[in-house]
Amino acid sequence: MLDTLKLPDHHYLNDGHGLKSWLLTKDHKRIAMMYLISITVMFALGGFFAAGVRLELMTPQGDLFLADTYNKFFTMHGVVMVFFFLIPSTPAVLGNFLIPPMVGAKDLAFPRINLLSLYIFWLGAAFFFYALFSGGVDTGWTFYTPFSSFSSNTNVVPTALGVFISGFSSILTGLNFIVTIHRMRAPGLSWFKLPLFVWAHYATSLIQVLGTPVVAITIIMVFVERAFGFGIFDPVRGGDPVLFQHLFWFYSHPAVYIMIVPALGVMSELISTFTRKTIFGYSFVAFSSLAIAVFGFIVWAHHMFVAGISPYSALVFSFLSFSVAIPSAVKVFNWTATLWKGSISFEPPMLYAYGFMGLFLVGGLTGLFLATLGTDIHLHDTYFVVAHFHYIMVGGAIMGYIGGIHFWWPKMTGRMYSEFGARMSAILVFVGFNLTFFPQFILGYMGMPRRYHAYPDEFQVLNIMSSAGAGVLGIGYILPVIYLTYSLTRGKAAGPNPWGASGLEWQTQSPPVTANFTEPPVVPAEPYEYTPHVAREANLV
Amino acid sequence: MSNAVAHADAHGHAVHHPELQHHFETMQQQKEASTFGMWLFLLTEVLFFGGIFFAYLLYRMWYFDAFAEASRDLDLVLGGFNTVVLIGSSLTMAFAVRAAQTGSSSGTVRWLILTMFLGAVFLGVKVIEYSHKFEVGHVPGPNFHSTSQWAAQEQIFYSLYFTMTGLHAVHMIVGIVILAVITRMAAQGRFNESYHTPVEMTGLYWHFVDLVWIYLFPLLYLVERHN
Amino acid sequence: MSVHIAPKSLYISIFGALMVLTAVTVAAAFVNLGNLNAPVALAIATLKATLVVLFFMHVKYSSKMIKLVVATSLFFLTILLTETLMDFATRGWVAIPKLMH
Repeated sequence: MLDTLKLPDHHYLNDGHGLKSWLLTKDHKRIAMMYLISITVMFALGGFFAAGVRLELMTPQGDLFLADTYNKFFTMHGVVMVFFFLIPSTPAVLGNFLIPPMVGAKDLAFPRINLLSLYIFWLGAAFFFYALFSGGVDTGWTFYTPFSSFSSNTNVVPTALGVFISGFSSILTGLNFIVTIHRMRAPGLSWFKLPLFVWAHYATSLIQVLGTPVVAITIIMVFVERAFGFGIFDPVRGGDPVLFQHLFWFYSHPAVYIMIVPALGVMSELISTFTRKTIFGYSFVAFSSLAIAVFGFIVWAHHMFVAGISPYSALVFSFLSFSVAIPSAVKVFNWTATLWKGSISFEPPMLYAYGFMGLFLVGGLTGLFLATLGTDIHLHDTYFVVAHFHYIMVGGAIMGYIGGIHFWWPKMTGRMYSEFGARMSAILVFVGFNLTFFPQFILGYMGMPRRYHAYPDEFQVLNIMSSAGAGVLGIGYILPVIYLTYSLTRGKAAGPNPWGASGLEWQTQSPPVTANFTEPPVVPAEPYEYTPHVAREANLV
Repeated sequence: MSNAVAHADAHGHAVHHPELQHHFETMQQQKEASTFGMWLFLLTEVLFFGGIFFAYLLYRMWYFDAFAEASRDLDLVLGGFNTVVLIGSSLTMAFAVRAAQTGSSSGTVRWLILTMFLGAVFLGVKVIEYSHKFEVGHVPGPNFHSTSQWAAQEQIFYSLYFTMTGLHAVHMIVGIVILAVITRMAAQGRFNESYHTPVEMTGLYWHFVDLVWIYLFPLLYLVERHN
Repeated sequence: MSVHIAPKSLYISIFGALMVLTAVTVAAAFVNLGNLNAPVALAIATLKATLVVLFFMHVKYSSKMIKLVVATSLFFLTILLTETLMDFATRGWVAIPKLMH
């Protein structure tokens, strides 16, 4: 039966040919594909810097790079991965592609602004590449003053401007999503019939719109200090560098949720589809995304417990930080409850979902150690912190993103990929990831500080484990690039709904036509309605 | 008209407004989306300026004497004049929007040009103020000159002064460029009673820029004038 | 599609009120109000801003959605200001005498 499936004659990929038809497109799907290529390049670049860091740390002496070079490597790893890969990743690629069909719309509310956001992203990346090729930057991705404004003799200004500019791309994407979700829903598609993916992106967009401007003004203030010699955070003139940290983390803590919340949305789709059940406690999961977005804004100073903030406010921030655990736990519990008595299957995207649940759990729980004032003083600025946020940002956000790519690839390209390759990749990523980052928890607990290129001999075994794991992880990430690229021309046609999933996006052909739907989609009575009818259409019974 | 009818037939419903974009169902939906999007943009602007306002308020509390002294060196007459000019430009902008709502293209053009003119006057005065600061060495940095005992903290005031008013001026310049585009569209007769969203959106932006100045003026020029 | 068109006289009176308030805020700065100078200036500015938002920007006649956006921006601005201030306001509360002298 599946062999008889053919790619449709007309779809968005062959609606116009040539570079110009792509660069001037207003189609959200083509923009998403261009984002996909762009951030894959950035991911490879960030991975290159990570590889440099792990190679250096294989030996205790610091014999591969000079200390200054090492500083640049971890800085550029952070800047690329955070601002040019993780923040755009799931929203700009999957959200861009899927939100309009999921709400039954022809396009996002502002297609031209969507294209503009891509160009702004490229402009920001161009500034970053300028900084990179003229010698790099060594401040750490956090740009802490006064080092960034007065001491560092590297390219802080172009890097900071690159981050500033790409921030507008993020704002415009978020703004577009919010308006689309509010105003473009198909008739009858009420809020509580929306996929949880859309809810998650709504919450993410709120953070993008509310948080990013604050980091923008913070970067402007660093910029005027560095470029014109102004003094705003300069302690010599009475300025307070801790003020910089407040303003920076007001955005950069919620920014973690820009990375993870869309991945949480992907998870809900995967788990529902591959258990053939509606998500347990749909409205709780939906509102927990919003709760994470709001709570995310009131906890930022837990990054600053040892920076000299008042102990009284540290107490309050510590208490508030624990509140984020509640909506996060709601999600994990509800997914677990969804799995219970579901007809669970082990398709490749679902393998990523299982990996995600385990890694997100570890990442979340180790966050509690860092929110606790006493333990944070011991663990602050050690590899424990590095391991913790990689469990969230790599084990969580990237697992969710790649799982989502595997899930919607047939919709995006109309073709299936090698299932064997995908299973291998999911397993390698899970094993490699744990091998890389679990030893770092122990290293950090034993007191190895982050951001140094040399370390005492007794830390070497764990560091070698970590570097070896990074190699495995790297292979796990390269595999999908190979088999997904191969599938573009050689993959079997997928048909409209290869997984037998329930969202509106599966009602149209794969790949969709430019206007997404050839006939108006049928809005279901309930979200995640798995009936024998849906399964039969997908040839699963 | 025959084109519009053919277009309507192809879609199987009522005649399209020429300004209706293909992915919207109705003009109402399109207008609501634009207004909502514009307000979300202004929300980002509130938080953008909010960050630097906090920096200002904190240092003003810490270094009140330095701020008061530096603030007295700002030209209150020019600042006050600019306040009147900018609020006046908000009034003319409101009239421009009103003229667009009532379908008067010539009125729209007239009020928009007046708004641009007032915006340019504001920027001109700002140039005078800035160049005076350069002359007397009140620009923070290596060339800063002050005999005050709080010279270091005065630099923080002037750093914030230049950054805040500079960002405000950049917003004004962007606003004037947008106004010029909109004026051209209005002169071409693109707007009428049923479609004038761009004028309204530009108005929202312009009023917001005015709003920022409403806070900047007392905070920068009027820290303490009674000594 | 109903558009609320406000009369010209309304805009002129709002403009007049803004002018009066500008004069008041300048005058208040020349009077020594002790600690109250800054709150008075901010209160007048906020009053002016409210007039601009409600009438020039038509929020008074706008949908609940728009009002919600305005409220959201103020809510998160308040979080930014108060939580950051919470740190700076309580820093002096702890003195460690032996270390400081």
